[in-house]
Amino acid sequence: MDFALTEAQEAVRDNITRICTQFDDAYWRKADREVRFPHELHAAMAEGGWLGICMPVEYGGAGLGITEAAIMMQAIAQSGAGMSGASAIHMNIFGLNPVVVFGTPEQKARMLPPLIAGQEKACFGVTEPDAGLDTTAIKTRAERHGDRYIVHGQKIWTSTAQVADKILLLARTTPADQVAKKTEGLSLFYTTLDRAKVEVRHIDKMGRAAVDSNQVFFDGLEIPLEDRIGPEGQGFRTILHGMNPERILIAAEAIGLGLCALERARRYATERRVFGRPIGQNQSIQHPLAECWMELQAASLMTMNAAWAYDTGRDAGALANTAKYLAAEAGFKSCTQAVMTHGGMGYAQEFHVERYLRESLIPRIAPVSRELVLCHIAERVLGLPKSY
Amino acid sequence: MKILVPVKRVVDYNVKVRVKSDGTGVETAGVKMSMNPFDEIGVEEAVRLKEKGVATEIIAVSLGVAACAETIRTALAMGADRGILVESDADLQPLAVAKLLKAIADKEQPGLIILGKQAIDDDMSATGQMLAALLGWSQGTFASELTVDGGNLTVKREVDGGMETIVLTLPSIVTTDLRLNEPRYASLPNIMKARKKPIETVKPEELGVDVTPRLTVVSVAEPPKRQAGVKVGSVAELVAKLKTEAKVI
Ligand SMILES: Cc1cc2nc3c(=O)[nH]c(=O)nc-3n(C[C@H](O)[C@H](O)[C@H](O)COP(=O)(O)OP(=O)(O)OC[C@H]3O[C@@H](n4cnc5c(N)ncnc54)[C@H](O)[C@@H]3O)c2cc1C
Repeated sequence: MDFALTEAQEAVRDNITRICTQFDDAYWRKADREVRFPHELHAAMAEGGWLGICMPVEYGGAGLGITEAAIMMQAIAQSGAGMSGASAIHMNIFGLNPVVVFGTPEQKARMLPPLIAGQEKACFGVTEPDAGLDTTAIKTRAERHGDRYIVHGQKIWTSTAQVADKILLLARTTPADQVAKKTEGLSLFYTTLDRAKVEVRHIDKMGRAAVDSNQVFFDGLEIPLEDRIGPEGQGFRTILHGMNPERILIAAEAIGLGLCALERARRYATERRVFGRPIGQNQSIQHPLAECWMELQAASLMTMNAAWAYDTGRDAGALANTAKYLAAEAGFKSCTQAVMTHGGMGYAQEFHVERYLRESLIPRIAPVSRELVLCHIAERVLGLPKSY
Repeated sequence: MKILVPVKRVVDYNVKVRVKSDGTGVETAGVKMSMNPFDEIGVEEAVRLKEKGVATEIIAVSLGVAACAETIRTALAMGADRGILVESDADLQPLAVAKLLKAIADKEQPGLIILGKQAIDDDMSATGQMLAALLGWSQGTFASELTVDGGNLTVKREVDGGMETIVLTLPSIVTTDLRLNEPRYASLPNIMKARKKPIETVKPEELGVDVTPRLTVVSVAEPPKRQAGVKVGSVAELVAKLKTEAKVI
C-alpha cells in the first residue's frame, strides 16, 4: 500500500496553494461581510484550467480523478478560503458527472466546455422544502409538451443560483402515484436558468455568506428535450452518480477547513502569553489540538481511501459516506477548538476562526445529514433493517 | 535561440529551516523542497522570451539527487520544453555546477543561460559568474530588466545606489534579481503536458567533470534569538527611546 502522493498530486496541491495566496484572509472576511461572490477566485481557477480537473480530456478537462479533485478542494479550503472558496467552484468540479456518464456526445460537447472554461456557472437543484432528505418525495413537476418540458415547482437551498447560468435540475416527470417505485418517474435536466420564468430568492444564513443559497421558484420554465440527461424517468439513478464524488469532495473541504483552523489555533497558542507562559504550554490547550490533528488525519485517510475506491471503479458508497461523516465532525471540532483556544479573541471576526466555525456546520448538514449517513451504514454495511 | 535555465531544488522558502543537531548542515529529511525562487524568475523570463518569439527552445537543467526531476517538471509545467537532469548524490558546489553546466552548454549551444542570482539555501551567488568565466561569455548579473535585440542583450542591473544598464553581445549569462518578473502559476493543462515532456538523465562522469567538493563546511549554527521588543505608549516616548537608548537619531 502506497500512501505517498504522486508527483502530479503534489503539483496539484502546491499550485493550488500558491494560487490561493492571492486571496488572503482580508479577502474572505470582506466577501463574508459583504455577501459577495468570490468571482476572482472562480476566474483564477477557470483560467488555470482547474475547473476541469476531473472532466474528460476531449472536452477540455484534465482527465484526473476524484482523488486529485479532493486534494485540490482541500488545498483551497485550507488556504483560508474555507467553504466560501470551496463552494464557489464545488458544483463545477463534480456536478456534471451525470452528463459525463449519461450524456450523449452532443450534450457533452455542448455542456462541458463552457463550464470548464468558466464561461458558465452551474447550480444544483435537488432539495425541496417539503421533501427534505427524502429525495424521491420531491414535487417539482416537469411536464412533457411535445419537444419540451414545462416546469412548475420549488427548490430550496440551491447554492450559487444568484450567479449561475445553468441549473442541474431533478424534477418529477411522472406523478408518484403512477409509478411502481418512488425512485422512478424522476428526470434530470441540465438547462439554462431562465430568470424570466424562475425566481431566485436569497436565504440569509449562518455562514458562507459569500456563496449564496436560495429558494428557487419555477413558473413555467421551458426545457428543450435535448437538455434532459439520461432516459426519462431514470433521473434518480442518474443523479446517484454524482453523489459519491460530492461526498468525497465535501469531506476534503471539511478537512481543509479544519486544518486551517487548527493552524491558527496552533499559532495563537504559541504566541499568546498568560500567567507568564504561552497558553499552548498548558495541556488543556495542547491536548485538544493534538486530538483535532489526529482526527483530521484519520478522516483524511478515509477520504483518500474513498476517492481511490471511486477512481478505481470500486463500490465507494459506504466509504464516501463514512469519509464525509468523519471529516465533517473532525472539521467542526477543530474549528470549535480553534475558537476556544483564542478565548475572547476567538469570538472577534478579526481572528477569522469564528467564520470558520460558522462554515464548518455546512459539511455536517449537507449534502446529506449525519443521521442519514448513519442510516446508510446501518442498513447497507451492517445489514440492519432500513429505518427510514 | 535556445535558452538554458538551470533550476535548483532547495528547501521551500516557507519552511522554517532547522539546523541538524550535529551542526553539519540544515535538516532536509521530510522537509518540503521547491524550486529556488530566483530560478523560477529565470524560467519565467525564458518563457516570456519564447512567447515573444525570441527563443525557440527552453531547456531546464537541474543538478543533484534523482528528486531534482520534480524541480525540472515544475519548470516544464511553466513552459520549458525539455529537461536535463545531471544526477549525482555528491555535494555539488558552485565550481562543480559551473563546470557541469559548461559541459552541457558546449553540447547544447544555447544563446543565453539564465540563472538565479543566488540559491536561497547556501546564498553563494557564484555559479553564474563562474560559468561566464569558464565559457568566456559576457555576463549580466542581478538583472531586473532584459531585452534581446538581434545579437545584443540589454540588461538593467540593480547595483548599490541605483540601476545600471549594460549592453552585452550574445551568447550571454544572465542572473536574475527579484524584480525581473513575477513568475506565473502553472495551469493544470500545462502541468499535465509537462508530464509528457522528455527529461534526459546524465551523470557527471559522462560529462567528464570531477565534482569532488573543494570547500568544507566547518559548522552550521542557529542565528542568535532575537530579543523581545518593547511597546511604547506615545510618539514622544518613541523619539526619546530612539535618541537615548537606540541612539539612532
Ligand atoms: C449551506 C447549504 C447549501 C446547500 N446547497 C444545496 C444545493 O446547492 N443544492 C441542493 O439541492 N441542496 C442544497 N442544500 C440542501 C442540503 O442538501 C439539505 O439541507 C440536506 O440534505 C438536509 O435536508 P433538509 O434540510 O431538508 O433536512 P430534513 O430532511 O428536513 O431533516 C431535518 C433533520 O431531521 C433528520 N432526519 C430526517 N429524516 C430522518 C430519519 N429518517 N432518521 C433520522 N433522522 C432524520 C435529518 O438528519 C436532519 O437532522 C444545502 C444546504 C445548506 C445548509
